[in-house]
Amino acid sequence: MSQRLATEIVSLSFEHLWLVLISIGVAAALAIPGGVLLTRRAGLRRGMLAFANVMQTVPSLALFGFLLPIPFIGGIGPHTAIIALCLYALLPILRNTVVGITGVDPIVREAAVAMGMTPNQILWQVELPLAVPLVLAGLRIATVTTIGTATIAAAIGAGGLGVFIFQGIASVDAAMILAGAIPAALMAIAADEGLEWIEKKLSRV
Amino acid sequence: MNPPAAVLDIRNLSCRVGDRWILNNISLRIDAGETVVLLGRSGCGKTTLLKCVNGLVQAAQGDIVFQGRSTSEWDPYRMRRFIGYVIQDFGLFPHWTVAANAGLVLKLENWEPPAIEARVHLMLDAVGLPPAEFAARYPRQLSGGQKQRVGIARALAADPPLLLLDEPFAALDPITRFELQQHFMELRSTFRKAALFVTHDVREALMLASRIVLLKDGAIDLIATPGTFLSGVTDESRAFLASLDSGTRRVDEPAPGD
Repeated sequence: MSQRLATEIVSLSFEHLWLVLISIGVAAALAIPGGVLLTRRAGLRRGMLAFANVMQTVPSLALFGFLLPIPFIGGIGPHTAIIALCLYALLPILRNTVVGITGVDPIVREAAVAMGMTPNQILWQVELPLAVPLVLAGLRIATVTTIGTATIAAAIGAGGLGVFIFQGIASVDAAMILAGAIPAALMAIAADEGLEWIEKKLSRV
Repeated sequence: MNPPAAVLDIRNLSCRVGDRWILNNISLRIDAGETVVLLGRSGCGKTTLLKCVNGLVQAAQGDIVFQGRSTSEWDPYRMRRFIGYVIQDFGLFPHWTVAANAGLVLKLENWEPPAIEARVHLMLDAVGLPPAEFAARYPRQLSGGQKQRVGIARALAADPPLLLLDEPFAALDPITRFELQQHFMELRSTFRKAALFVTHDVREALMLASRIVLLKDGAIDLIATPGTFLSGVTDESRAFLASLDSGTRRVDEPAPGD
């Protein structure tokens, strides 16, 4: 492997990682508070979960394509990719946050109310801590799938490891495809293992 | 001479869920040191009556006066901290230690941590859980009986004048249940709380009650001392005893105090 290729793999891997981290960060910042809100508003819950569900069913290449012509959020470059990746990451985080909080034993919740806890105290001291394992599981699923989906972002000029894959396809060069696919796969495995480890650490109680 | 103010005074309380009236014109007074047992079959409204007292269920009519103030005038969060609550399935927080669970209300009332610890240790000792052994455990490391002892310690920790107990021993095996009933009577003579105790177990009612309140279809059918209840002199208690499965009925046993 030439020195140049190695450097390029490293730099594209960092670009890829950056795309994923920004997307997951934004998605989590929206979906965790959003999930908490949805547990408070049963009426909103169905609509929002349905929206997130639909977003996930749109083929990713098509979604990138749809976003391109939209003013402000669309266009060539990483920001369009980040928006699309966020939309994909929303569902698992949102759904797991809702399930984690609504899944708290109603007896525990009743006791919390009866002991004189306020709704805020119940949220921060009871519901969220008990939901942590599920929220983290949602983050893990979202991260692993986003690492994969982000390879397609290269199609709209967002960079990342997908650059190798698209070049490889265009030039029918299997080695080039692998130069993008293998680091992406390794990144996904590392993210999965790492987040699973944190999840176990935090849910031991 | 005025009688001392009741800890709890329920006046003409009615409560409904949807169109269905669960409670109908209930009036009941409980004084300090008294254990009033609400007895009745499933669905008679016993649990609803408890939940009306601490505001988990809203009453439709009537008034509940706790410590001389109508519950509608109390801040609901504050009031609940002055009413101990013990439920059948314990309701301990699985992610908190025994000590943290027992000290919950003290923490809500902003006690200093050292004061919480001292009080919690005292309470754990009182319910028969040596703090050195149990304070740092988690609920999943406890038996059912031990969990309910923590539940009782939690309810008593802030020294509330009133305890509400909703079939607290129903989920326990008979031997553990008997131990906890015995222990409850000891605690009661130590702490002299007013207690409103829900059960469907006649033996438990006879053992623990100062007065038995028989609820039927959301209304008070009878208020009697255990002795009067057991002797079956009223039509209501005779009907209730007769309606029980003979397997659970043990009227040949001596009444408490006999």
